[in-house]
Amino acid sequence: MTFDWMRIPGSLLTLFIVFNYGLLLNALIAKIAARVGRRHGIPLWQNYVDLIKNYGQRSAISHGVHFYLGPVFRLTGGIGLLLFVPTLYGSDLFANLSFAGDLILALYFVFFGTLGMALGAAESGHPYAAIGVSRGLSQVTAAELPFALAVFAVALQYQTLSVTEIVAAQQGGILNWTLFTNPLAVAAAMLSFLGSMMRPPFDLVLAPQEIPIGPPTEYHSSYLALMQTNRAIFPIAKIIIYMNLFFGGATSWPVLFLKVFLIYMVSVLVGVVSPRFRVEQSIRWFLIWAVPIGILAILWV
Amino acid sequence: MKAELEKRLVKGPDGVEFEVEPLRDYYCEALPQVQRPAYLHIVEDLFNWARAESIWILGFGTGCGAIEMRPLMTPRFDAYRYGIQWRPTPRQANLFVISGYLSVKTLKRVIRSYEQMQNPKYVVGLGSCTINGGMYFDSYNTIKRLDQYLPVDLYIAGCMPRPEALLAGFLELKKLIRAGKAEGANQYAENFAWYKANQKQVIHDWDMPDYNW
Repeated sequence: MTFDWMRIPGSLLTLFIVFNYGLLLNALIAKIAARVGRRHGIPLWQNYVDLIKNYGQRSAISHGVHFYLGPVFRLTGGIGLLLFVPTLYGSDLFANLSFAGDLILALYFVFFGTLGMALGAAESGHPYAAIGVSRGLSQVTAAELPFALAVFAVALQYQTLSVTEIVAAQQGGILNWTLFTNPLAVAAAMLSFLGSMMRPPFDLVLAPQEIPIGPPTEYHSSYLALMQTNRAIFPIAKIIIYMNLFFGGATSWPVLFLKVFLIYMVSVLVGVVSPRFRVEQSIRWFLIWAVPIGILAILWV
Repeated sequence: MKAELEKRLVKGPDGVEFEVEPLRDYYCEALPQVQRPAYLHIVEDLFNWARAESIWILGFGTGCGAIEMRPLMTPRFDAYRYGIQWRPTPRQANLFVISGYLSVKTLKRVIRSYEQMQNPKYVVGLGSCTINGGMYFDSYNTIKRLDQYLPVDLYIAGCMPRPEALLAGFLELKKLIRAGKAEGANQYAENFAWYKANQKQVIHDWDMPDYNW
């Protein structure tokens, strides 16, 4: 088996581009949300400043090994997700480290960071962290079900587990996208998407007003900076998977930026007009509305 | 000393008895250290710029002044455009705004929260109560001068100062941080004994270790 060594700098370049795009996009969305509230909002470069400040804090304390590993796992989840999925279709440089069965690995990586974070937050010993983790894991598990069903439906539909081949099958016009060839799977996946973006109505995990901020309560300085780095990478990586599976992938960076922005905006638009679900409500919501659609999508294929 | 803080034997759910010493087990005894700035001047300069442009306030209102901080989040004043935001946990906050009078009972919580914040950290005294006691100058249970108990970087005078005054104060604090003059955390570590003696003078039911991060 030959390995194309150019894939390594290509992957690093992908990481760099996605990281910066993620930071700017998060700030842009915070700004949009602020404008909805008739505020001026944060400057676009605010996330960079916050990141530098947190990396530059002089002291940091530890609660143990897992406390260290929590943010590391989280960042690994984000970077791993990004690197094992092709970013641009038809580009050798930005195919990253994708391979024949990367769809399964991607499913695994989506969950990986959450679990690592749960371990780390639990070791911090803060009661709010424990509440946040228990809520987070139950909600993510419920939200992951319809996504997994949708992914299986798509894999059955195209008879492959390779993301690249799934994108290839959707080329040649907007009507070839999974969005139109298998709308049920896309509907189930998009409902699950709402649950994993940490925005209302599914932002109970962080619950800024009640349990201060849930799992990261004890995280500070560089730990927090690692998690902020992941906040820039992980959502984008996840949206890139959605884009590849359901929305025809992208052949150039501008198309990718646009598609990722539009998919992200779905969760933002739902978020700015929604109140918050309690955890049992959100689980019930996923089981009643999203999972049956996912099952129908599999039956329909 | 409260009974729950004393050394005692505890029987676990598996029937094994073990000793618990809350002050040692639940807190760390290490005293605060002076944290030197980055060795390279240019790096410290970059960090100071970032610290000035990203001030995270601990959401802890001690007195009536806390009501003047809320409007800063609203469209009318919108402090977020200056890089100021509120964090719910002391671990992530850099700025402690002592908002108004500080009763001795609250001082204890303030000290605990302050010590949990990470270096560098800043304290702003809001309102005249933090300067000389203000209208509580002869009260039996409020402290009169905040800087005897915590290193204060900046005072915003008034009773109460308007949100505009707060914004002006925060911008002034930014200049201090930018110039590297806001070293309250190190000042606290250097004069630790003095601060502790002052704190213990007013807090009579001292039931925590000297430094509890």
